[in-house]
Amino acid sequence: MPNALRVHLAGTFAFLYLPIVVLMVLSLNKAGLPTAWGGISFEWYGKLFANDKVLSAARNSFVVALFATLISTVIGTMLAFGVVRARPSATRDALLFAPMIIPDIVLAIALLSFFTLIKFKLGLHSIVLAHVVFNIAFVCAVVRARLQSFDWSLVEVSRDLGASAPTTFLRITFPLVLPSIIAAALLAFTLSIDEFIIAYFTAGAGQSSTTLPMQIYAMIRFGVTPEINAVATIVMGVSFVLVFLSQRLNREAEA
Amino acid sequence: MAPGVLWLLGLMVVPCLLIFLLAFFERGTYGGIDWNAPTLENLKRAADPLYLTIFWDSARIALLATILALLIGYPAAYAISKAQEKHQTALLFLAMLPFWTNYLIRTYAWIVLLNPAGLINTQLMYLGLVKEPLPLLYNEFAVVLGLVYNYTPFVILAVFSSLQRMDPSLPEASRDLGAGAWTTFYRITLPLTAAGVAAGAAFVFVLSIGNFITPDLLGGGKLQMVGNLIYDQFLTARDWPFGATLSGLLIAIMMILLFAQAVAANRAGGRHA
Repeated sequence: MPNALRVHLAGTFAFLYLPIVVLMVLSLNKAGLPTAWGGISFEWYGKLFANDKVLSAARNSFVVALFATLISTVIGTMLAFGVVRARPSATRDALLFAPMIIPDIVLAIALLSFFTLIKFKLGLHSIVLAHVVFNIAFVCAVVRARLQSFDWSLVEVSRDLGASAPTTFLRITFPLVLPSIIAAALLAFTLSIDEFIIAYFTAGAGQSSTTLPMQIYAMIRFGVTPEINAVATIVMGVSFVLVFLSQRLNREAEA
Repeated sequence: MAPGVLWLLGLMVVPCLLIFLLAFFERGTYGGIDWNAPTLENLKRAADPLYLTIFWDSARIALLATILALLIGYPAAYAISKAQEKHQTALLFLAMLPFWTNYLIRTYAWIVLLNPAGLINTQLMYLGLVKEPLPLLYNEFAVVLGLVYNYTPFVILAVFSSLQRMDPSLPEASRDLGAGAWTTFYRITLPLTAAGVAAGAAFVFVLSIGNFITPDLLGGGKLQMVGNLIYDQFLTARDWPFGATLSGLLIAIMMILLFAQAVAANRAGGRHA
C-alpha cells in the first residue's frame, strides 16, 4: 500500500474514532468538564444508576428492542428463505431496500398519521410495530447474503439419501444458517435499542413509553452534562459488543 | 415470505401513501385533518420561496456532505482493498463499527468537541493558535461535518464491495500495457467502481437531505433543513397536511435518486459483462 493511502486510512480512522474516544474518556473525568482533568472517577456512572428516569427509559428500550428483534428475526428469516427461492423481482428488492434508506422522519410521521387515522393507541407496542419495519429489512439482508453463499448440494444429498424435506430443513439447512440468523438478530437488537426519531413519534406521551434515546435527547437539549457522557459510553459499549458478536457469528457461518 | 411483505406493505407503503393523500386536504381546526376540505393549497405553499429556500439549502448541504464523504470514503476503501487480505475484514469492520452505534450519541460527541468551551477550542487557545474560541458549532460547518462523520462509513462499505467485485486483472493489464498508476485509476478502476460510488452517494444524499438530528443538534435551531421543517409542522405548528406535503416531496426526491442509482448500477454492471 502506498504511504499516502496508509496515512489517509489512519486519518480516516482517527476522524471516526476521535469523538467516541473523547466521550468515553470524559465520562471518567471527575471534573466533568472537558476543560480540566480532575482524575478518574466513576461518580457520573453512579449518578446515572440513581436516575429513575434513565433507568425506566433503559428498561423500556430493552423491552421494545427484545420484542422488535424476536418478531423481525422470525419474519425476516422467512422472507429471506422465500426471496432466494422466488424469481428475482426488482419491485420486491426495492420494497426490501426502502426501509434502510427512507429518511426516518418520513417513516416516523407516516406511521404517526397512520396510527392516528386508524385510532390505534400509542405506546411501547406501537414502537415495536414500527421498529420491526426497518429490522425486517436488515435481518432479511443478512440471512439472504448467507443463503446466497449456501451450498445447496448439501440439501440435495440429504434428500437423495431419503430424508424428507422438513427433516432436511431441521437437520441440515437450519443449523448451518442459524449463526447468521443470530447475527441478524443481534444487529436488529442494536438498531432498535438505538433508534430515536421513529420511537419519538410513535411512543405517545408520557414517561411510561419513553425509550433511552428519547431520554438522552431530552438530556442533550438541556445541555452538555457529564452524565450524558456516561450513558453514551454504556450505550456505545453495548452496541460495540453486540455488533462484534454479530460479525463473528456471521463469519463463522460463512466459513 | 408473505408475513414480511405484508408487514412492509401495511406499515410502510400504506402509511407513505397516506402521506401523499394527506397533502391534498386542509388541516383541521384543532390540528389533525379536515377530510371534508380537499385543497391544493399545501402544494402551492410548498412552492413559496421561503420553503423552496429551505429545500435548496438542504439539497446544497446534502450535496456538500456527499462529496466530502466520497472524498474521504473512496480512498479509505481503496486503501482497505490494498491491505493484506487477512486484515481486510477487520479494517472494514472497524470502519463500519461507528455506523452501528447510536446516531444521537455520535452527533452529541461533536457538540462536546466543537462548542466554545469544547476540546478543540480549549486546545487551540491553550496552544495560543487563537485568542478567542472559534465559532465551530451551531452553523453550516458543524452540520456538514456531522453528516460526513455519520455517513462516511457507508461510502467505505459501498466502494469496498464494488472494488471487491472488480476483476483485479483489469487494472493489472492496464499497467502492463504501459498506463501510469493515475491513468489506470481514472480510466479503469474508477469507472468499474461507479456502481459503488453511486450507491454510496445516493445513500449519503438521501439520508442527509431528510436528516433531522444533525441540523437540530449541530445547527442549533439557526439552520433549518427539510427534516426539521417536517418535525415542526407535526409537533409544533400542528399542520399535519403541510408536513405531509413536505414529506411527500422528500419521498419523491428519494425515489428519483434511487432510480438514477439503479440505472447507474445497471450501466456499470453492463460494462462489466
